Amino acid sequence: MDYLRNFFVNLARSWTAWIGGFLPDWGVNLVNYLVVGIILVLMPVIATLTLTWMERKVIGRIQNRIGPNRVGPWGIFQAFADAVKMLIKEDIVPSGADKPVFNLAPILIAGAAALLWAVVPFGRGMIGQNLNIGALYVVAVGSITTIAVIMAGWSSNNKFALLGAFRVVAQLLSYEIPMVLSIATVVLVTGTMRMGDIVERQVAPFIVVLPVAFITYLLAAAAETGRAPFDLLEADSEIVAGYFVEYSGLKFGWFYIAEYGNLFAIAAITTTLFLGGWRGPFVSVAPALGPFYFVIKSVAVIFVLMWIRGTWPRFRIDQMLAFAWKVLVPASLANLLWSAIVLQIGRQPEQLGPTIVQMILLLVGNVAILAVTGLLLGRAARRYAAQHGWAGA
Amino acid sequence: MFLFVVFALIALAAAVGVITSRKPVYSALFLLLNFATLAALYIMVEAQFLAAVQIIVYAGAVIVLFLFVVMLIGGGELDDIGGRNKKFLARLTWPRGIALVLGLGLLVAVGYGLLSGQLMTATNDAAAFGQGSVQAIAAVLYTDYALPFELASILLLVGMIGAVALAQPPKKD
Repeated sequence: MDYLRNFFVNLARSWTAWIGGFLPDWGVNLVNYLVVGIILVLMPVIATLTLTWMERKVIGRIQNRIGPNRVGPWGIFQAFADAVKMLIKEDIVPSGADKPVFNLAPILIAGAAALLWAVVPFGRGMIGQNLNIGALYVVAVGSITTIAVIMAGWSSNNKFALLGAFRVVAQLLSYEIPMVLSIATVVLVTGTMRMGDIVERQVAPFIVVLPVAFITYLLAAAAETGRAPFDLLEADSEIVAGYFVEYSGLKFGWFYIAEYGNLFAIAAITTTLFLGGWRGPFVSVAPALGPFYFVIKSVAVIFVLMWIRGTWPRFRIDQMLAFAWKVLVPASLANLLWSAIVLQIGRQPEQLGPTIVQMILLLVGNVAILAVTGLLLGRAARRYAAQHGWAGA
Repeated sequence: MFLFVVFALIALAAAVGVITSRKPVYSALFLLLNFATLAALYIMVEAQFLAAVQIIVYAGAVIVLFLFVVMLIGGGELDDIGGRNKKFLARLTWPRGIALVLGLGLLVAVGYGLLSGQLMTATNDAAAFGQGSVQAIAAVLYTDYALPFELASILLLVGMIGAVALAQPPKKD
C-alpha cells in the first residue's frame, strides 16, 4: 500500500536500483536519459492516437453524427488505421520544391512539439527538468514552431502554402504577445518561473483568481496551435490546406503529430498555470493520484478546445489580428498592471504565492476587466451593426 | 569541455554557412542554427535566461522577419554576387575593403583579449553568482541599470509610434 501511495516515484527508484545492479553509474544515467527521451518523443504520438479519436467523436456528437464506429469497438482503432494509411502512402516531393528545407520542416515541428514536454509537471517531483526559466522555455519552444511552419510553406513552391506561411507569421507573432502577458501575470503572482513551483504555490487554482489571464491564455494558445476558429493557416476553403498542402505520407503525419502533441501540451500547460496542476483531494496522502488529476484536468481543457472548434465559425484574418491587438493585449496588460499593484499591497518579505486578501483583490480586478472588455465589445458590435444597417442595431 | 567543442564547431560551421550560401533562405536558416548553438553555449555557462531570450528574440522574431522579407522579395538564388568571375583585387571595391579591415580589426581585438586574459575575468562559477537566474538579472536591471533600461524602452516606443504614423492611410479631405 505504501508502495502504491507514491507509485511513480517508487517505480522509478526500483527501476534505477534494478539496472544499477548490473550497470556502472554512467550506464544507469545513459539508460535513464534514453528512457526519458523515448517517453518524451512518444508523448506526441500517443497524444495523436488518442486525441484524433476523441476529437472525431466529440465533433461528431456536436454535429449530431456518431463519428468513427467501424474499426474496433466504438471505432477506437480508427487512429491506428489512419496511421497505417499514412505509412503506406507514396512520399511525394513536388518538383521545384527546396528539398533540404522541405524535408527538415516536419522534423523541426515534431521536435518542437516533443520538447514542450520537458517542463510539464505531472506530479510532485515528476517533471522532466524543473528549469528556473520553465515558463519562458515554453514560449521559446513555441517560437520554433513558427520557423518550421514558414520553412514548410516556403519550400513547397506552392502559392497556397506560401500564403499559409504568411498568415502564420502574422497570427503567431500577434498572439504570442497576449500569451506571454498572461503567462507573465501568473509568474508575477507566484514569483517563480519554475513550472513545478508554480503548481506548489497555487493554493487556489488561478482560474478563479485570474480569469482574464486564463481566458487570454486559452484563446492565444488555441491560436498558437492553429485550432479552429483560429485555423486561418490551414483554412481549407481559402488556401486549400495552407502550409502543409504539398506534404503526403508520413511527412504529413509529422505535422499531424505535432498538431495534436501541441494540443495536449498546451492543455497540460494550461492545467499547470491555471488549474492547479496535479493538486486535488488526497494528493498529500497519496502523491500517485497527482498524475491522474493532471491528466483529467488536461483532457477537460482539450474537451473545451474541441467544443469551441465544433461550435464556432472561422474568423477572417483581419478580424482575428484586430481581436488580438485591440482586445486581448489591452485586457492582459491591464491585468498585469493590476496584479503588480495588488502584489505590492500588504506584501510580506519572503512571501511565497498570494495571500487570501490579495487573491480576492485580484479576482475583483479581473472581473472588472472582464466587464469593461465585454461592455466595449458590445458597444463596438452595435456600432458596426448600425453602420451596416443590420437589424437589431 | 567536450560539449563546448561540439557546439562551438557547429556554431562556426553555421556561421561559415551563412556567408557562403547561395540562397538567402539558407543563409537565414544557418543563422538560426548559429543562434541555437549560441543558446546551448549560454546554457552551459548557467545563463538559462539569456538562452531562452536568445531563442525567443532571435529565432522567434528576428529570423522570422528575415525569412518573411526574403520570401516577400523572392528567395531566388544569387548566381553572380558582385562579379564572381573577376579577379580578387578587381572585386575589392571600397565598401568591401572597409569591411575587410573592420573584420580583421575585430578578429585582432578578440584574439588580443583572449591571449592577454582580458576576456577571461568572469571565469568563476556563474551559477554561484546566480547570473543565470531571472531574479539576479532583474535585480540589476531595475536598480543599477534602470535609466538605460527606460531609455531603451522609450526608443522602442518611438519606433512603434513611428511605424503606426507611417502606416496611417492618408487623410481624405
